[in-house]
Amino acid sequence: MTPLKPVAPGRKAVLGIAFFVLFVAVWAVATLSGFVSRTFLADPVTMLREGWALFAQFGFAGDIAITVWRVVGGFVLAAVCAVPLGIAMGAYKPIEAFFEPFVSFARYLPASAFIPLLILWAGIGEMQKLLVIFIGSFFQLVLMVAVAVGSTRRDLVEAAYTLGATSRGVVRRVLLPSASPAIAETLRLVLGWAWTYVIVAELIGASSGIGHMITDSQALLNTGQIIFGIIVIGVIGLISDFVFKWANQRLYPWSVA
Amino acid sequence: MNGGAHRHKLAIEAVGRTFAAVRGGTPTVALEPVTLRVEDNDFITILGPSGCGKSTLLRIVAGLDTPTSGRVLLDGTPVVAPGADRGMVFQSYTLFPWLTVHENICFGLREKNMPQNEQQRIAAHYIARVGLGGFERHYPKMLSGGMQQRTAIARALANDPKILLLDEPFGALDNQTRALMQELLLGIWEAEKKTVLFVTHDIEEAIFMAGRVIVMSARPGRIKVEVAVDLPHPRHYTVKTTPEFSALKARLTEEIRIEALKVAATA
Repeated sequence: MTPLKPVAPGRKAVLGIAFFVLFVAVWAVATLSGFVSRTFLADPVTMLREGWALFAQFGFAGDIAITVWRVVGGFVLAAVCAVPLGIAMGAYKPIEAFFEPFVSFARYLPASAFIPLLILWAGIGEMQKLLVIFIGSFFQLVLMVAVAVGSTRRDLVEAAYTLGATSRGVVRRVLLPSASPAIAETLRLVLGWAWTYVIVAELIGASSGIGHMITDSQALLNTGQIIFGIIVIGVIGLISDFVFKWANQRLYPWSVA
Repeated sequence: MNGGAHRHKLAIEAVGRTFAAVRGGTPTVALEPVTLRVEDNDFITILGPSGCGKSTLLRIVAGLDTPTSGRVLLDGTPVVAPGADRGMVFQSYTLFPWLTVHENICFGLREKNMPQNEQQRIAAHYIARVGLGGFERHYPKMLSGGMQQRTAIARALANDPKILLLDEPFGALDNQTRALMQELLLGIWEAEKKTVLFVTHDIEEAIFMAGRVIVMSARPGRIKVEVAVDLPHPRHYTVKTTPEFSALKARLTEEIRIEALKVAATA
């Protein structure tokens, strides 16, 4: 192996899949051989059987749908508020000076710790779930978007001015296009985090969703269902990641190396 | 001279720039008051070692930097901010990466809300002028350094500025490309008659294109000497091997060497 030397695409895929296979193999050996008690960890076959049962008998598809809806709803809400604020902060330094210290502080407030308060304020309905995701994503998004906009190359801004651009023109025609790939990347990243928040919100005080199913299964010591639920979350995350990456490459062909 | 009535294209009047002291240090004088008159259709090169304030001077003319003393007048109007009347080409590649060659060239025209067909016509003219036909739909990252700077020149010219400011635009290019770019720019100037202020540290480049070379001294920067270049136009690259060119080069080499030695002694 040579440092930083790229690997051929075909080989890259084989290597990536190989680890999945290895992971499942180790898991299968550890559980099927009886080395790890079934009470603590289901084997892959049981997990798949339980997963099938979830869909066939317990309407798991509905749980998935409601969880996806919550993530998307809360995340879109956060993005709609955070992206414009982040852009304003990145572009105009007084606005940044006004908001940045508070936002920096607020982003360290753990979203999950707000759940008891949010239950008090918003009940255990959908609004509470959306708010958990909103709090978890909003502050992160604001800061990362502000940084993306603020790090626009100064020489490009100067070039725009010498071409007769106004301040508004610079924001609209230089800062925004220059930062948009980074903003899209930020959205992709934070959407991943939103997934952890939604599950936490559903673990506590929910009557539907993947998180709720996991708590239910815990009461029954059904580790197969728990693991299946976790894997489903992982797979959905992976799919949304792929969609985002694909869309970003399509939208910003100029920024891809 | 010709009395106060004559108005210069560009008048740099005792323009100086001092950078504020950092944490109790002494303020840095980047530029001692400099006075320079530029006439319509002049091609002036400003030659000096690095750190002589030549880029600072150009940035002040562009309105990207503010002088601590003096003022700059363009057609009699004081310069206070950057504007479309002063086109600039930077040393770094400053094409907008998200725009194609064509869209980059139209950037300033769009800002003026010029009708589409007018934009098309002007862009096509300058794309042909800098020899980039067939590359209109390319993004900057697909172009070589020389092609990017040609696009940057076309983008500045498309705006039809009163003066073209170039800050070591060919500094990052290899020697061969550089020589070709000099010929290209000189050809454009000979054909379109623009007023040009060109900053460089390359002596040959300074002489080849200029009507007048302004030599600047090392820190703090000020004008050391002005040398008129009376080589005939249109200039062919072979002019670089003539005795007249060599004599100018020898003289300027001597002037610059003294300054470079000063810089080396203080560095």
